[in-house]
Amino acid sequence: MDKITQKLMQKSESTKKDSLGRAISLAALSLIVIVVISIFTFVMSRGLSTFFHDGVHVKDFLLGSTWNPSVINPQTKQPYIGALPMILGSFIVTFLAAIVATPFAIGTSLFMTEIAQKRGAKIMQPIIELLVGIPSVVYGVIGLTVIVPFIRQIFGGSGFGILSGTIVLFVMILPTITSMTVDTLKSVPRHYRESALAIGATRWQMIYKVVLRAATPGILTAIVFGMARAFGEALAVQMVIGNAALMPHDLTSPASTLTSVLTMGIGNTVMGSLQNDVLWTLAMILLLMSLVFNLVVRAIGRKGELK
Amino acid sequence: MNAKTADKIATGVIYAISGIVALILISMLAFILIRGVPHLSWHFLTSPARAFEAGGGIGIQLFNSFYLLILAMLISFPIALGAAIYLNEYAKKGRFTSIVRTAIEILSSLPSVVVGLFGFLIFVVQFGFGFSILSGAIALTIFNLPLLTRSIETSLAQIPNLQREAGSALGLSRWETVIHVILPAAVPSIVTGVVLSAGRVFGEAAALIYTAGQSAPALNFADWNPFNISSPLNPMRPAETLAVHIWKINSEGIMPDLNAVSAGASAVLIIVVLLFNFSARKIGAKLYKKLTSA
Amino acid sequence: MVNNSDLKPVSEFITEDKPERYIHDMSTDKHEIAISTKDLQVYYGDNLALSEGDLAFERYKITSLIGASGSGKSTFLRSLNRMNDSVATVKGNIMYRGLDINKKAIDVYEMRRHIGMVFQRPNPFAKSIYNNITFALTQRGHYTKQELDEIVETSLKQAALWDQVKDELNKSALSLSGGQAQRLVIARALALKPDILLLDEPSSALDPISSAQVEDTLLELKNQYTIIIVTHNMQQAARISDYTAFFHMGKVIEYDLTRKIFTRPKVALTNDYISGNFG
Repeated sequence: MDKITQKLMQKSESTKKDSLGRAISLAALSLIVIVVISIFTFVMSRGLSTFFHDGVHVKDFLLGSTWNPSVINPQTKQPYIGALPMILGSFIVTFLAAIVATPFAIGTSLFMTEIAQKRGAKIMQPIIELLVGIPSVVYGVIGLTVIVPFIRQIFGGSGFGILSGTIVLFVMILPTITSMTVDTLKSVPRHYRESALAIGATRWQMIYKVVLRAATPGILTAIVFGMARAFGEALAVQMVIGNAALMPHDLTSPASTLTSVLTMGIGNTVMGSLQNDVLWTLAMILLLMSLVFNLVVRAIGRKGELK
Repeated sequence: MNAKTADKIATGVIYAISGIVALILISMLAFILIRGVPHLSWHFLTSPARAFEAGGGIGIQLFNSFYLLILAMLISFPIALGAAIYLNEYAKKGRFTSIVRTAIEILSSLPSVVVGLFGFLIFVVQFGFGFSILSGAIALTIFNLPLLTRSIETSLAQIPNLQREAGSALGLSRWETVIHVILPAAVPSIVTGVVLSAGRVFGEAAALIYTAGQSAPALNFADWNPFNISSPLNPMRPAETLAVHIWKINSEGIMPDLNAVSAGASAVLIIVVLLFNFSARKIGAKLYKKLTSA
Repeated sequence: MVNNSDLKPVSEFITEDKPERYIHDMSTDKHEIAISTKDLQVYYGDNLALSEGDLAFERYKITSLIGASGSGKSTFLRSLNRMNDSVATVKGNIMYRGLDINKKAIDVYEMRRHIGMVFQRPNPFAKSIYNNITFALTQRGHYTKQELDEIVETSLKQAALWDQVKDELNKSALSLSGGQAQRLVIARALALKPDILLLDEPSSALDPISSAQVEDTLLELKNQYTIIIVTHNMQQAARISDYTAFFHMGKVIEYDLTRKIFTRPKVALTNDYISGNFG
């Protein structure tokens, strides 16, 4: 055997380096997976101890309308741990913000991709990109200094409440939904548009019947992403919603969301106490909801593929 | 209504909507900047905050923000890079890969407040790190990892397979090809991604409230020994960042010049984040030019 | 060699002088074989892309692999230095220096330093011209600056690029034209001093002038290298190669001296292909 054949039969330097590099990069990837798994394990185990350790009924927690964990209800001998006000608060601000933001986002995206591509690219694109990156506390500051006083003037009361929360979230998720919708619209093949125009459709008919139809799954995905961001947003909402854990009965009186109660409460309770456990249960709901949003996005993606 | 009228109306509505959106967004930026910039001064940017009297600054918070940012990037970049290399260069299509991708996607969509709470539970309480730079940096790392990983992966995927084949054909292993060929070629776009993610990390507050804490003890900027409690580098001290400070004073601040401090701090935060966003693409484009012409 | 006598279709009995396949027997002449294959089969998933690819390649000769798109010629070529490992299943033996290099025990990275490859599209690294050539060398061995300089000069001269780039070796290789880039890639492969050079349509992405330059380069190189080249261009095959193998539907149909293939092919299908009746 000559030197070359011998070398061919041995592990080369390259092979050794490759095995090492592969192992290192796999370790890094595994670390991320471990983080995800531990987030779920720890938050879930703390969140579930409300039910298993403290003996709270799931029904009382999800459907009870009074939240005051440090006070014992004399009739049931249980603290007031009804989380419905916050759950409702979170869902209401999320849906309202998405409902308001969607037409604005679609209109702006259409402007950028179908009506005025040049101005869209020159003016709107940079604005939208910049605003996607604006920190949420800044949205909170604007809410606090502009929106809350404005609402107070028009509707009276404190100005804090679901309406203010909705407006802040609307402005916050608008750039997110818009930029994703723009991407979807851009991915609609050009010949779709050309063939629509070729058979005599007006631009609006082309947009409405061809472009928007083809882009529906993508637009829905964008909206769900916006909702996920709204649902999980903590500080901007907490700054304007009023932080009163009461059942929301109108849009302009103080209310609260899962995130706002968490932000306010977690530092003021003792780890392991029921007052603390119920907060972890709220965090668990947030966690599960972000899973749900993920599943919805996947379901939309799968349906879009079938078409 | 005939099709032409409908077309005109729809076009009008779209124009109106975009006009309103542009107006809202521009006036928002203008509001923060116009209201905040007049309060900016060297004194404001460098002196410590005051809780009860006017004239406080944001010096310590600003330092904390950058320090945490750098630490978080130092921890998260190698991990994200490794993970991205594995996903783009080694992973085969299959169950394992799809589970991992799902996990990363879920992590990226988790509310940052949940990440903060997890950091509080594990690092602040269980590991006993307390409210500290260290806990905060780890929380920011978790917050940053999924998006940074995805952005690096995209950068790697943009490098054509021809380059990988070229490496293989020269007897280089996958790893050598990635490290010496693919990564250098992807540097411009990786840098863009890193700077963009730095902007996100800089503005994050919810993940920090219960990890890095909400207080900014006085620092001795002459003492750079990280083991001393008043040293700016001490990783075990609590560290309120600029974003957290803005939230904190707006929620429970009582200093008389609260509005001025809040406005100034918000302007600084936005300016820094905008600088990150602007420079991200500029730096990337510059590096790319250097790579292809030198 | 292949014996298809049991499976002869009816047509063969009518035209007895036209066999269905013909493989030139390299073992009878006193050829020095650089690399050979036996029972080679390549699967993409369940899809058999190449079968009956038994060939032996003579040392210091140029062999062309011709055939229509999808005939398996590129698949065959890429299997020779196991570039297909990650996408396909390759069965059979590839004999090189008395070793079956299609075995797990063989270090592919070491093997590819002896069996180099150049691709259809020029793929220089985003590095300087100089570093493109030295990079793979410095990864494995220690060279002085002087040694590297020499290697760069020699390999660029071999690839007929030296005169054009000698004053700008530190320029980015991405600034080269297509033809220059392809010759840089050839120089890069030569710098490793391989035994065998595999080329996958090396000039199909180039203009005629650059293409002619690459051909000249190959003719120069065959004194020191065994060259196997896949080409779509039959004139090119006729011009530069000593042997030609014609592939069709994943099989080698005819393998012979180039002048025989292009003047008197033994198989009817080969004749059809080289006279432009299909493909």
